[in-house]
Formats: sequence, C-alpha cells, structure tokens
Amino acid sequence: MHSSTAALAEQFDDLQQQQEASSLGMWVFLATEVMFFGGLFTAYILYRNFYLPGFEAGSRLLNVRIGALNTAILLCSSLTMALAVRAAQLGKKGALTTFLFLTLLLGLAFVAVKLGLEWRHDYLEGFAPGVHWTFHGPDWRHIELFFVFYFFMTGIHALHMVVGVGILTALILMAGRGKFSPQRYNAVEVAGLYWHFVDIVWIFLYPLLYLIGGRY
Amino acid sequence: MVDHVVSTKLYILVFAALIALTALTTGVSFIDLGKWNTVAALAIAVCKASLVALFFMHLKWSSGLMRIVLLAAFVWFAILVTLTLADELARQWTPVPSSWEAQIQQQVR
Amino acid sequence: MGEGQGRGEREGDEAMGTVTVETEIESRVHYLNASYGIKSWLLTTDHKRIALLYLASITFFFFVGGAAAVLMRLNLISPGGAIVEPATYNKLFSMHGIIMVFLFLIPSIPAVLGNFLVPLMIGARDLAFPRINLLSWYVFMAGGLLILYSVIAGGVDTGWTFYTPLSTTYANTNVISAALGVFIVGFSSILTGLNFIVTIHKMRAPGMTWFKMPLFLWAMYATSIIQILGTPVLAISLTLVALERLFHVGVFDPAVGGDPVLFQHLFWFYSHPAVYIMILPSMGVISELVTAFSKKRIFGYTFVAFSSVAIAVISFLVWGHHMFVAGQSIYAGLVFSLLSFAVAIPSAIKVFNWTATLYKGSISYDAPMLYALGFIGLFTMGGLTGLFLATLAVDVHVHGTYFVVAHFHYIMVGGAVMGYLGGIHYWWPKISGRLYPEGWARLSAAILFVGFNLTFFPQYVLGYLGMPRRYAVYPSEFQVLNVMSSAGASILGVGYLIPLVYLVWSMRYGPVAGPNPWGAKGLEWQAPSPPPTENFEETPIVTEEAYAYGSEETQVA
Repeated sequence: MHSSTAALAEQFDDLQQQQEASSLGMWVFLATEVMFFGGLFTAYILYRNFYLPGFEAGSRLLNVRIGALNTAILLCSSLTMALAVRAAQLGKKGALTTFLFLTLLLGLAFVAVKLGLEWRHDYLEGFAPGVHWTFHGPDWRHIELFFVFYFFMTGIHALHMVVGVGILTALILMAGRGKFSPQRYNAVEVAGLYWHFVDIVWIFLYPLLYLIGGRY
Repeated sequence: MVDHVVSTKLYILVFAALIALTALTTGVSFIDLGKWNTVAALAIAVCKASLVALFFMHLKWSSGLMRIVLLAAFVWFAILVTLTLADELARQWTPVPSSWEAQIQQQVR
Repeated sequence: MGEGQGRGEREGDEAMGTVTVETEIESRVHYLNASYGIKSWLLTTDHKRIALLYLASITFFFFVGGAAAVLMRLNLISPGGAIVEPATYNKLFSMHGIIMVFLFLIPSIPAVLGNFLVPLMIGARDLAFPRINLLSWYVFMAGGLLILYSVIAGGVDTGWTFYTPLSTTYANTNVISAALGVFIVGFSSILTGLNFIVTIHKMRAPGMTWFKMPLFLWAMYATSIIQILGTPVLAISLTLVALERLFHVGVFDPAVGGDPVLFQHLFWFYSHPAVYIMILPSMGVISELVTAFSKKRIFGYTFVAFSSVAIAVISFLVWGHHMFVAGQSIYAGLVFSLLSFAVAIPSAIKVFNWTATLYKGSISYDAPMLYALGFIGLFTMGGLTGLFLATLAVDVHVHGTYFVVAHFHYIMVGGAVMGYLGGIHYWWPKISGRLYPEGWARLSAAILFVGFNLTFFPQYVLGYLGMPRRYAVYPSEFQVLNVMSSAGASILGVGYLIPLVYLVWSMRYGPVAGPNPWGAKGLEWQAPSPPPTENFEETPIVTEEAYAYGSEETQVA
C-alpha cells in the first residue's frame, strides 16, 4: 500500500518505531514546558505566600464568570481535539477536519475573550501594570504585583494558544489534502498532546488566579 | 504506542466530569473553608489535569516511559519550588547573637 | 606496542585496507562528497553535516570569546588597568562569559561530537528527528547572531549571570538583546537534548542493550536530561528580566516587595546543572579515550554509567551554593552545602574508574590520550577546589574572588575543553577521512597544558589572597601573579591556534585514514572513514560488550 511506505521516514525501521519516537519526542518537549511554566508558578507561589492580602484583593478584581467560561471553552476544545485524533485514527477525513476546525474556533474564542474582554477591561480600569496603572488604594503595590503575574502568566499561556492555533491551521490544510491516514496520523496525535497540555496549564492557572481570592 | 481507539462515549464522559469539577471548584471558592480553600482548589485541579492526561492524552494506554517523562517533569518542578521556598521561608530564621538583639529592636521595621 | 609506528599502519582486529590509495577516498561516495553546493549544506538533514556546521560556528564563537579574554588579561597586566576603563572591562568579562558558556561550551561536545557520533555509535542511520536537528542549528545561529549584535551595539555589562536589580533596573547596556539571544540559544540546546533522548531510547541497533552502549552515549543521555529539565527555567528567568526591563514592573524589585534573590534561585536552578551539561559530555569522551588508548575494558562500566545519571540528578539539588553570601537563609545554605558534597561523589567515582582502567593497560601516548590524561589531572584539581567552595564557611572567604575563577576554569578549560579537543582528535579520522599530524598535535597538547596551568594556577593563589573577580583594577601586591597569569594566557592562545591550522590543513593534505586507525572498539569504527550518508550499508547487529578489548594480554602490533 503506497501510502504506508510513503509514510515512513528514512531514519526509522518501521511505522511503530516512528510513531513511538514522535510521541516520546512530544512528551519530552512537554516536560520542558512544565519547567518553563514551573518557574513562573514558583515565583507566583512565593509572592502569594508573602503577600496574601494583596494577592487575594487582586484576585477578587478578576471576573470569575468570564474565567469559568474560558475554562469551559478550553475544556470543550480538548474534547474536540481528542475527537479529531480519534477521527484520524479511523481514517474519517471529514470528521477530522470538522473537529480540528472546531478546536481552532474554540481556541480563538478563548484568546478573544482573554485579550478582548478581560485584558481590555483591566487596561481600561487602570489595572495594567507598567502600561496603565491607576489604583493607589491600600496594599496597591502587592495588588500590582499580583496583576504583573496575572498578565505574564495568562499572556505566556495565550502565546502558547496562538502557537497551537497556528499548528491547527497547518493540520487543517494538511487534512484537507488527505495527508492523514490510520497508518500516518502522528502529527495530529502529537499536536493533540500539545493542545491538551496547554489546557492543563490553564486548569492550574484558573484556580490559582481566580479562585483563591477569599470571595466569601 | 497508541493504536488504541478510545470511544466517543468515554471522551464525552470525561468531558462531563471536567465540567462538573470546574463547577465544583468555582462553587467551593465562594465558601469559607479557611486554608482548605487552597487545598481543595489544587486537589480538584490535579484531578482535572489527571483526567486530561490519562484519557485525552492517552497516558492510560501509553508505555511507562511516557508516564515517567511527565512524572519526572513534575518532580523536578517540585524540587524547584521546595528548595526555593526552603530559602525564602527560612530567611527570617537566622539566629542572631543575643548582644545584637537590642540593637535590632531599635531599628524601625 | 610500537609508538614509532605511524598510525596508518596500526591495525586493530576490524581494520581493513588501512594503507589505502589516494584515489579510493575520492571515488567512494561518502557524506562529504555525496552532494555539493551551499544549499546541500544549509538544507542538509544529515547529522554528520549538521555536526560540521556546528563545528564551524562554535569554533568561530570560541575565538570571539577568546578575544575578549585576551583583552581582559592584557588589561590585568597593570594594577591600574592597562588598556581599558572599568566600564569596558565589565562588558568584556560579561561577553566572555556569555559567549564561552552559551555559544561554545554548552553546545560543543553535544552538538559537534554528539550529533556526529550518536547515530554511528548506536547503529542508526540518523537521529530520530533530522529536521529538528537542522532547526536546532538555525536557532543556535539566530541566538548567536543576536548575542553578537549585542556585542557590536555596545556590549552588556551585567556579567553572564544577569543579576537583578542591575540587569532589570540600573544597567544601561544591551541587556534585553543579550538575554533574548541566550533564550534563543537555550531553545537550540533543548532541541538537541530532545533528539538524543528519543534516539537513544528508540533507535538502538538490534542487540545493543542499555548496558552494551559505549559510555559516551550514557554521558550524552545524562546531559540531555539536564538540558530538557533545566534550560526552560533559565528561559523563564531571562524572560522575566526582559519583561521587567521593558515594562518597568517589579518582579524582582524590592521597592514593590520583589526579591532580587528569587532571580538568583531561578537562574542558578539551570546554571548549576548547566555546568554539568558542559562537563558530562567531556567525561564521556574521556571514557572512550582511556579505553582506546590503554586497549582495555573500562573498569567498573556500570558504576561509570550510573554515575553520569547520578550527576545529572544530584546537579539539580545544589544550586544554592552559588548564593551562600547572597542573603540566602543559613539553613538553606546548610542543606545546599551538604548536597554539594554529595554531587562530588559520582565525579570521583569516574576518576577512580578511569585510573583503574589505565592500570596495567597497554598505554599509547597519542594526542587524544595526552588530552585525556591532562583532563584527569586538571579536572581532579578543579573538582577538589569545588569542595572548598562547597564548604559554606570557606566560601564566605573566597566567594567572588579569583579562587572561584580558577576553580571553574580548571573544570571548564582543563576539563571540558581538553576533553573536547581530545575527542576532536580521536574522531578526526572518522569525521574527515584524514589523519592529523601527530607531532604537531602532541606539541599543542603540551603547550596547552603548560599555558593552562601558568594562566590559572596563580589565580587560585590570587583568590585566596583576596583579589576579587570582575575587577578591572587591583592592589599592586597582586601584580606578579597577574602577570604570570597573563603570560600563561598568551601561551594558551598559541596552543589553541596551532590545532586550528593543522586540522584545517589535514582536511586536504593529511594522509588518508582507514576505517579504524586506532584499532578501537565501537560501532563507529566499523563504518568507513568518512562514513556514507546512511552510515551503515546494513543495520549492524551487536553481540559483544562495549570496550571488548582483551583485558589480560597486551595487544601485539
């Protein structure tokens, strides 16, 4: 079957080795991402421990409803991504393209809500450190520090989402051209791993930023 | 090696669980549990992350090597946090000679 | 063992047709002549060609970093600073550190020897991800060019360590571009490590179990673990510095409650393991050299293999020893001090095992062996002084002095660079298909050894006597030692230039090499010199252990 021989890269002995290698490669890359975000989380944990009142006050200034909505959007996108991988495994080109496209839309929605709604609101209200900060009430320095972390962490996360959107676009184009088959769907699987990982980062960001604010 | 094809039904079940856990964690954050709020939030987050990793990322059906890779990453993150905090939290513990105590009390904090 | 014999005539069991006719190397197709033209090099996915791309780049950066060192040592001839102002001197030592660490030492053995040898030693046609390998070189060049830009645009003066708040708030030099350059180069390091881990796990030839692998591969594997788990933390710490500088927000700024020492935690979490990225590959080379040139199995294979992994793991637990006097809590200091003693143990295990391997071996003193012997002695000295520094109380006295400078140069230059040069010479016939001139090589090794010790031994004394590092001027009573050090540096410079000349010369005019001029064991010596693009005609099957030299009898020529 020509598609399976064309699918095997020269350095590998068989398709199984190729598939295992590409999955392992992505997992190793995700380990680097754990450490990358880990540095940020470490700094955040530290400062939250020292400046709890300020960080709680900052957290309360975030909109939980929008945060929860975004979490739901991202979880949906993980579902559609998993279903896309499944479609690739079964050779269902139409379903694959549809699910990839849905994932892309949901990812874009997330970024739009984050940047267009939340960030814009914070900027207009004067809660954007270094750009437009106007609050000088009690504990304002620590609240500003909280927002520094808020913008850095969600910003770097959003950057990863945008990269993911780019990858999805490439995959949709490739899927449209029939490049994937049950013998060769590594790229979809591996992109899925990346996408789910970015979701996992948000799974931790959401409570740490939005939910530990003592809203009671 | 993932040749295993997961059923749509299982994916949707996992998704439903994730949404439910999100609702739970959001709801709990409005209840005063003191320091347990943080514990609860993190515990639920770990559950959600595990569901995504095991089912969406197929770790449940993957070789041990992939699991070790992810585990190693989290262990290393734990090393970073633990030893950094070990310094930062212990900064104020530095023992001071008693003759210096009086001088320090005088300094305005 | 006839030392007088030319290497072209020494044959091991597998060597065939070593005295080849000139025409054979030109008519046979191999990786160097398989295709011509600049596109075939810049768009190659052949790991061997990529290794040579890296070789050219890092050699260039080595001499740029070396130029900075020349200027520094010239300046230190006179107590008042002979040629530059302190502000300029600050830029010189910063650029020297950044270029030597990130653009030379970190990539050196992994990206040159590792890229070339990992597939050959493992019996594979290429690495797991050849295109990512090529990408890693382009990423490396992008970061390197950005760092060069920082030099040309006026330099950076924060030291290679980018400490806050100097880097975030007070420096008015090119911090952001330099930090960004380092960030990008770090990404290249991650890609290389990722490739090696997957290759070693998934692409070993049939019969090559983990414990039949040459120890060089264990060293590369351990190095890759460090690259994967450590480099991202450097990336985030430099990103935070850049963001703080750009937006004037305070993550490390005490005025808003930030902690400048937090930067040091994040920075050293990577940068301490980074020094093991720099030394582990070299140790892997030494294992290969010591066995090949004593014609003997390595003593304690399992111990050496596991010691590499142990170093990789423990290296992540000791970073606070760079911060003993930074305001770190004493209790954390105690913990880090204890753990730092622990990390010395696996290194010592290696030195014992190499020495035991040499014992009753059939030793030949070719240039690679001279480098290996130099490594063992100089690394031991550097390592022992590391114990001095790990001792908290002693470190209070010598931190920030030339004692530290001497310590790490003994390891980085006396250790890592010697291992690198030894490896380059050892595998040169495989890489180029030619033999280098042995007489000149031995002479250079000797010059390097003398020059190195003259440069850096006085620095131990200077540091102990109290001369601080990173100072453009010094009290006049230190002048004699400084002049000795600068004199040594000039000898060192000569010692580095000579190999550059004869290695390039040998590529065209050196005698043609056979597949195994050293008579060494290892799959890479079963391929022709130079190897064809696909490395092996047929996938080799491994039946014997690594270093399967006869252990009792000496080889008869």
